Amino acid sequence: MSETNSGGREFADRTVPVILQINGIKHELQLEPRVSLLDALREYVGLTGTKKGCNQGACGACTVLVDNERINSCFALAVQYQDREITTIEGVAHSDQLHALQAAFIECDGFQCGYCTPGQICSAIAMFEEFKQGAPSAVTEHLAETEIEFSEAEIKERMSGNLCRCGAYVGIVEAIREAFDKEAAR
Amino acid sequence: MSSPKTERRFVGKSVPRKEGRDKVTGAARYVDDIRFPEMLYGATVRTTSPRGRIKEIIFGENVPWDEFTIVTAKDIPGENYVALILNDQPYLVEEFFNHTEEPVLLLAHEDKFLVEKARRSIRFEIEEFSPVFTIEDSVNKREIIWGEDNVFKSFLVDKGNVDEVWESADVIVEGEYLTGAQEQLYIENNGMIAIANHEDGVTVWGSMQCPYYVHKALIKLFNLPEEKVRVVQTETGGGFGGKEEYPSMIAGHAALLSWKSGRPVKIIYDRAEDMAATTKRHPSHTRHRTAVSRDGKLLGMEIDFTVDGGAYATLSAVVLSRGTIHAAGPYLCPNVRIRSRAVATNAPPHGAFRGFGAPQSIFGLERHMDKIAKTLGLSPEEFRRRNFIQEGQTTATQQVIHEKVDLSGLMDRAFELSGYNEKREKFAEQNKSSRLKKGIGFASFMHGAGFTGSGEKYLESVVGAEATEQGNVRILAASTEIGQGTNTIFGQIASEALGIDYNLIEVAKPDTSNVPNSGPTVASRTCMIVGKLVESAALGLKQTLVGSGFLKDSGYTSEDFSNACRAYIEKHGALKSFSKYQQPEGINWDDEHYRGDAYGAYAWAVYVAEVTVDPTVYEAHVDDFVAVQEVGRVINPVLATGQIEGGVAQGIGYTLYENVVWRDGRMANNQMTNYIIPTSADIPPIRVFFAENPYAYGPAGAKGIGELPMDGAAPAILSAIENATGVSINHIPLVPESLMEELETETI
Repeated sequence: MSETNSGGREFADRTVPVILQINGIKHELQLEPRVSLLDALREYVGLTGTKKGCNQGACGACTVLVDNERINSCFALAVQYQDREITTIEGVAHSDQLHALQAAFIECDGFQCGYCTPGQICSAIAMFEEFKQGAPSAVTEHLAETEIEFSEAEIKERMSGNLCRCGAYVGIVEAIREAFDKEAAR
Repeated sequence: MSSPKTERRFVGKSVPRKEGRDKVTGAARYVDDIRFPEMLYGATVRTTSPRGRIKEIIFGENVPWDEFTIVTAKDIPGENYVALILNDQPYLVEEFFNHTEEPVLLLAHEDKFLVEKARRSIRFEIEEFSPVFTIEDSVNKREIIWGEDNVFKSFLVDKGNVDEVWESADVIVEGEYLTGAQEQLYIENNGMIAIANHEDGVTVWGSMQCPYYVHKALIKLFNLPEEKVRVVQTETGGGFGGKEEYPSMIAGHAALLSWKSGRPVKIIYDRAEDMAATTKRHPSHTRHRTAVSRDGKLLGMEIDFTVDGGAYATLSAVVLSRGTIHAAGPYLCPNVRIRSRAVATNAPPHGAFRGFGAPQSIFGLERHMDKIAKTLGLSPEEFRRRNFIQEGQTTATQQVIHEKVDLSGLMDRAFELSGYNEKREKFAEQNKSSRLKKGIGFASFMHGAGFTGSGEKYLESVVGAEATEQGNVRILAASTEIGQGTNTIFGQIASEALGIDYNLIEVAKPDTSNVPNSGPTVASRTCMIVGKLVESAALGLKQTLVGSGFLKDSGYTSEDFSNACRAYIEKHGALKSFSKYQQPEGINWDDEHYRGDAYGAYAWAVYVAEVTVDPTVYEAHVDDFVAVQEVGRVINPVLATGQIEGGVAQGIGYTLYENVVWRDGRMANNQMTNYIIPTSADIPPIRVFFAENPYAYGPAGAKGIGELPMDGAAPAILSAIENATGVSINHIPLVPESLMEELETETI
C-alpha cells in the first residue's frame, strides 16, 4: 500500500520533504509541491477511505479534519498542512469502537452507496464543533444569538457542502441528530 | 439459539446493511482504492467535434512517446463494437465518428501526470460532416446520420380504434411536453482495472451494475471463450443506470491497454470526462391528443412519444419500450394509440437512468391530465378518480390487471398526509396578498417491475445458494450492491425462506468466475425477480439437506441448520443449489403487436408536492413531499424508504435544478460547480408511506421499487407550481431563467 507513486517525472527533481501527522501517526513523505492533500493521503500514505468525487471542491467527498476543522482535501496542497493534526475517516473510530456518529449512520441508514459517507461523517463532526462554538450559519436568524437551536434547518444548511446523490439526506440528518442531539441540548 | 419458522422474522424488518460498517469506517474498497504492482494509468483520447472523418492523428511534441502504450482500433483482437443490442457502437473510432467525446485512441504510462499531458497534446486533422442535434432535425431527416432514417427503433401500441372517437367526443384536448437530459452523477466516477494477456485471458475489476454485460462485451472484443474472461465488481459508489452499459466500454479500454502493455492498467475517469463522455437520461418530446366525454371519462388517447438516443443505438430501444408502455399511465381508456420512436443525434449516446423512459412519458401524461381536467372544469383529482384503472380492466397494451389496485385509496391517503385539500384552499386565499406564491399538486402513476414483455423469459436468470464449511449459506448472484440494498434484502429473503438467522447468510461478491448470470442490476428487478430466485435456490438447498437426512423438515434451529450444512459438506464435498427463472403462468406477451402482459407486476403511487415560488427571483422550492405507494410486501422498511427518498431527491433535481447545457452536441457544463444537483438544504421532508398488497410471485410478496420514485416528482412539482402561479408549464428542467420566461410571457 505504501508503494510510492512516481508522480510527475518532469517535476521529479522538485520534490520536497513533507511531514504529515495523520490519525496520530507521523508520515515522512517526499512530494511535489503541487500534490493535493487528498492525493497525498490516497496515493502516498495509502489511506483510501477519503474519496475523490469532483477534485474541485464542489462535492465534499474528500472532507477531512485538520485541527478539528473540516476542509476539502482536494482543494488543499499537502505541503500547507505540515505540523497540523489531520484526521481522516480511518481515524474517527477508536480501534474497534465506532464513533457515535458512525454508529448512528448505520442505524439511521444515512447512506446508500457509501461513497460520500467518509466525507459526510468528517464534515458532520466538525460541523457540530462549529455549532457548539456558536458559529452562525446562513439560516441563523439572529447572528448575535448566543443560543442557536440545533434544528433540522441548521443541520441541512451546515451540511449542504456534502453532496449525496443517493439522496440519503433524510437519514444523514437523522443520524446527526441521533449522535449529537443530547450534547446540543446541554 | 433461534426458534423454528413460525412467523416472518426477517422480512418486513429493518435489519442493518450487510456492508454498513465498512462504508462508515472507510474500509470499503472502491476501484480507485485498489492498486496492483507495476500498474499503468490509462487515458482515453476523444473526438472534439460532433461528426466527421479523422484524416490524421497528430501527436504532440515534448512527450516521450516511445515510453507509452498506445492502442488504436487496429490493435483490437476481436470485434470493434460494444456488444449490447445492435452492436453499432465502436470501442475505438476507426475513421468516421458520430459524436464529440468519442474514444479514438488509448494511452497508458506509469506516470499519471505524464499520461494527462500526453492526452492533451494530441490533435486530430478532420473532415467535418454536418451534424444533427435535435429530435426535430433528426425526425425531419435534415441529415441522415444513422441507418436509413435516423430511427433506432419505433413502436406502435394500438388498443380499440382511436380513429372513431374524435367525431363523437365532447371535448378534445391537445398538448406538447418536453423533458431534458439528466446526468446520473453518482459521486464515484467510473473506473476499471484490467489484467489481460494471451495466456490467462482478461480479468477486469471495476465499478458497475451488470457484470455479465461487461463479460459479454469483452468476449466479443477479444474473441475469447467465456471462461477466459472474468469480471469482478468492486464496491460501487452509485449507479442509477449510469453504470449499466458504459462500464463495458471502459473495461474494454483498460483491457486493450493491458493486453498490449502486458501490465495491469487502471482507468479512472475524472468528473469532467465522466459527465461529458458517458450516458445521460434521454431527452424526450411527447404529443397528446385526447378525447373525453363531458362527464370526464377518457374516450381515446393518441400519444406520440420520441426520445433522443444520441449517436448510437445502445439501450435506446429498451428505454423507448418502457417509456411507450408507461405513456398512457394507470388509467382506463378504451381506445389508445401510442406511436413512439428513438432517433439519432450527434450527441454521446443517451442511456439508462432510473425510470428508463417512464419518467419522460409519465411527465407528459400527468401534465396533460391536469390540462384536460382544467378544460373540463374538473379538479385534477376528480378527473383522475373517474379514470383510474381497476382490477380486471386493461392497460394500453391490453394487459388485464389481476391485482387489487386502489389508486383512489392511495390518493386519499396521500391527500390526508399532505393536507392537500385544506392547503389548496388556504394557499388560494394567502396567495392573493402574499408576495411568495404557494401551491400544492400531485401525480398518480405506476411503474412495471422487471424486464418488459418476454425479457425475463429470454434472460433465463440463475441464482445459486451454497453451503459453506462454516455452516453458513452463501448466495451466488450477479446482482450488484450499488447502495440500493441488494446484499441486505437477499440475506433477509434467504433467512426468511430457511428460517435461520440473518447473520448466517453471506452474499458472494459478484465475480463472473464464481456467480451465475442472474441478469443485470436494472429495471427494478433485483428484489422481485432475482430475490424470488434467491428464495427458491435457498429452499433447494434445504430440500437437499432434508432429502439426504441431515435436517428435519421443520422444527430445526439455526444451529441445526449449520450443523447439517457442515455434515453434508464433510460427506459429499460441496452443497450447491441453483434456481432458474420460470415465467409465472398466465403471462403472455406479443412482441410483434406490442400487446399483452407488459410486466409481471406494477407498483402504484400517488405523490404530492408542496412548493413556494418566489416571483422576484423566479425560484421554485419544494417545501414538503408525500410519497404514497403500493409495492407489494416491503422487505426492509428503512431501505425501502431510502429508495423512495433518494428517487424523489433525484426527481426534484430533474425538475428544478439539473440542466444539461448542450453546445454542438457536447455537455458544456460538465462540472459539479455548474451542473446543480440538490443539496441537503434543497430537499424537503419526504414522508413515505407504503400500502402493502403482497404479490403472489414475488419473494415474500415483494414487487419492484427502485425506479418508481423517479417518475412522480416532476409532474407533481409542476402541478404545484401551476397551483401557485396559475401558469401551466410543460417542460423540464424548470430552472429560474425558464420560470422567468414562463411567468413573464404570461403577464405580458
